[in-house]
Amino acid sequence: MQTATLEQAKELGLLPEEFEKIKEILGRTPNFNELSVYSVMWSEHCSYKNSITLLKTLPRDGSKLLTKAGEENAGLVDIGDGLACCFKIESHNHPSAIEPYQGAATGVGGINRDVFSMGARPIAQLNSLRFGNIHTERTQWLLKGVVKGIGDYGNAFGIPTVGGEVYFDDCYETNILVNAMSVGLVKVGKTISASADGPGNPVYIFGSATGKDGIHGAAFASKDIGEDAANDLPSVQVGDPFWEKLILEATMELIETGAVVGLQDMGAAGITCSTSEMSAKSGTGMDVWLDKVPLRQNDMKPWEILLSESQERMLVVVKKGQEAAAETVFKKWEITYAQIGIVTDTGRVRYYMNDILEGDIPAESLVLGGGAPVYQREWETPAYFQLIEQFNANQIEIPENLREVALFLSAEPNIASKRWIYRQYDSMVGTVMQSTNRPSDAAVVKIKGTEKSLALTVDCNSRYIYADPDKGTQIAVSEAARNIVCTGGEPTAITNCLNFGNPYNKEVYYQFKHAIDGMGKACRKFDTPVTGGNVSFYNQSSDGTAVYPTPTIGMVGVIERPEYITTLDFKAPGHHIVLLGHQHNDMGSSQYLAKYHQVNYAPCPFFSLEHEFALQQAVKQMIRSTSVQSCHDLSEGGLFISLFESAKAGNLGFKIHSNPVVRKDAWLFGEAQSRVILTVAGEAELALIESIAEMHGVPFSVIGRTIPERLVVDEEDWGDVRNFAAVYDDSIERLLEKR
Amino acid sequence: MRFGVVIFPGSNCDKDLIEALEHHTGGSVVTLWHQDKDLKSCDFIFLPGGFSYGDYLRSGAIAAKSAIMESVIAFAHKGGYVMGICNGFQILCETGLLPGALLRNTNMRFTCSNVHLKAVNTTLPLLKAFDSSHSYSIPIAHGEGRFYADEATLKHMEENGQVLFRYCNAAGEETHDANPNGSLNNIAGVCNAGKNVFGMMPHPERAAFEHLFNTDGVPLFEGLRGMFPR
Repeated sequence: MQTATLEQAKELGLLPEEFEKIKEILGRTPNFNELSVYSVMWSEHCSYKNSITLLKTLPRDGSKLLTKAGEENAGLVDIGDGLACCFKIESHNHPSAIEPYQGAATGVGGINRDVFSMGARPIAQLNSLRFGNIHTERTQWLLKGVVKGIGDYGNAFGIPTVGGEVYFDDCYETNILVNAMSVGLVKVGKTISASADGPGNPVYIFGSATGKDGIHGAAFASKDIGEDAANDLPSVQVGDPFWEKLILEATMELIETGAVVGLQDMGAAGITCSTSEMSAKSGTGMDVWLDKVPLRQNDMKPWEILLSESQERMLVVVKKGQEAAAETVFKKWEITYAQIGIVTDTGRVRYYMNDILEGDIPAESLVLGGGAPVYQREWETPAYFQLIEQFNANQIEIPENLREVALFLSAEPNIASKRWIYRQYDSMVGTVMQSTNRPSDAAVVKIKGTEKSLALTVDCNSRYIYADPDKGTQIAVSEAARNIVCTGGEPTAITNCLNFGNPYNKEVYYQFKHAIDGMGKACRKFDTPVTGGNVSFYNQSSDGTAVYPTPTIGMVGVIERPEYITTLDFKAPGHHIVLLGHQHNDMGSSQYLAKYHQVNYAPCPFFSLEHEFALQQAVKQMIRSTSVQSCHDLSEGGLFISLFESAKAGNLGFKIHSNPVVRKDAWLFGEAQSRVILTVAGEAELALIESIAEMHGVPFSVIGRTIPERLVVDEEDWGDVRNFAAVYDDSIERLLEKR
Repeated sequence: MRFGVVIFPGSNCDKDLIEALEHHTGGSVVTLWHQDKDLKSCDFIFLPGGFSYGDYLRSGAIAAKSAIMESVIAFAHKGGYVMGICNGFQILCETGLLPGALLRNTNMRFTCSNVHLKAVNTTLPLLKAFDSSHSYSIPIAHGEGRFYADEATLKHMEENGQVLFRYCNAAGEETHDANPNGSLNNIAGVCNAGKNVFGMMPHPERAAFEHLFNTDGVPLFEGLRGMFPR
């Protein structure tokens, strides 16, 4: 085969110095197949070349971690009772921006395969979505497509979607973000590694046949979205949830046979990635016969087979002599399979087509931690910080009618009910979802056969991170932990999905660097190590506009006992409403400021990691004292929205008195952090809660009481909770269904 | 008593149903594989929810032609008890064992949410544990659940006591707003003329455990227990 040229290398997204490095490694000029393989394996998506140095500064150790970050397809933590929780979040931003339905669907498929390829059966899914202005036709098309894609895929796959978040901000107009998370369970010691040990062992592909879809998907995910992005349509993969369900069941049965040496799903860079990563991990090699790969279409070239990102495919190394046991499982589930190669001791991946050697590469040279390039990028302080410094709260007038503001915020899509969205997801299949009938800050998922439940959440308020990447990311981690604590759980570990602009832009890299710093600080404080995740750069359009830095945090916590499960709904009239946490004259980067006053440059809300930690310790102890009737943290929309959500969920109202030292709009709608509202029934419980707050140095104030149906603020009757509920519930549906 | 739960490729509510049957009925449960024809001497066959064969072509259409369904159809024709939930209901309509068809929801969206149900013909042994004046909260999760039958069939079904459940509001009123998918006469579940084949779109097995904080589906399983006294 002809040797490749520098021009071809550039077209495939490689830098001239990377082309030189490839020549050095091979001791010759690569052919086009080999060049293609390097181009995907060294793409940002697979190699983490511009992020790995900083990612290594994150806390990645802990007594509960069963595998180190990045070592396997997903993170793994010990949750007791002989069980481990396997979980990961991943982005599918670029495909979803072009073909929302398939882009989102295959994102769901990919993340679930990461979990079950480790031997863990998925039990819950979550997602985090970002769109532009909900009023534009394009955003509505994207939103409808993404939601239907997630729903159709996840529903048929049969794992409940139990939680998520959705935001609308102009910065996501071109580059939407679609992050999907999967959580599974496996018995400790029963996990399967993505390794290819034992030269002579056969290598099988099973699942769907290989087609031309998704070729260069990984490279596509590693560049800005330009006007010609629609030309990249063949880079978008097509999903089939029915096949995913079949390979899930087949994989589980395959592992039971004991015939499996190692297993990896095929995601980005397809056969290339799975064969080289598994070989490199074991220090072995692999001979792969591309002509044996079951194909969907004729006349596919070697590089097309190597790079195809056709979905629902798995690569498995089987113990020699136990081929029959594996094949029995494939036949039972009627899925396509073929032996496509053999493990060798050469340290090289060698790709053959009809006995002709089409590529011959040292496996180690392709992978992260091996020969893949690593770059240190430069950063500089973003210029827009000056605009943020100019913010002066005194220039924001307090609106005369705060009830109108409250109604406005109840209808604001970033705050309003996401019912139109989540009802399209099956949240109840599996009979583990405990939050359907008892809502709480984090989704509660039963671990059957034990006393325990998992508390799951995804969180990231990117507006805060835009204002202050370090502090904003500390808040993202803290909010995730707070949601779990308010639900009665103990935060265990996180997975992250780091969505940023172009890393070669120094201001973007500043955001990235400082977000990682902030994440590290908060994760250390809460002892929630980072188990892995995914980096998605280049979320920016060709005019240079980057999305807000969006390091989505997926957190898993454990609720030890059923009686610790704490919900957010008010339980009965006459209960005391307690506000925990410091009260500040602060409305920085709040939805109130951004959406009502249209101010987009303001500081991050007040935050102290020490205050947050103390608050969470206090809330944990309060919940264990069993005197807490309801618990809900303060987030978007501030105190009023939290109170309203608790009232609505309990079909009750509230009567509250504001704090005269804080301006009333900031008191009602400001988003200063580390605050929680809870309700308690009687005086004795109130005294107990107060003493616990005091013990932890957490400010405590009784701001009012629950009452039947009315919302009363400073003796002013704002009306029936059902009036606010109607606005809150229907806002998004009305926009999308044009009612 | 012995229950058989059929597993098609793409079934995904099979485990939930088995758990509810085992927990509430005191009977034993065996699984039946779609490629087999042996019903393993079961007294009552269940077709669970999910997306059998991916629900490609049309929900339940391919499953209706599977090997196991030949045996299930013969069993039903001899008076054997068969019940389909959600996708199982769709399959039974496709086989013709149940009258009518299940069309796309009127809002054209898959919808998962709690709805309220009223048990209609509580003289049936299966529904005996339901109180016909009470409104039960039981979830639905489907995109094609709009029950449809021609006028004559519908009239006959109504007169013959073949309506099992209707959608209603929390107060038990069978209103338009309480109908989540546009089903005719708010119908959520039906049986055949012989009253041995049953189908319902809502999922009682998703409302049958304390840990879900909803046990409104339990009367269905109590009804099953009553049908086969030891």
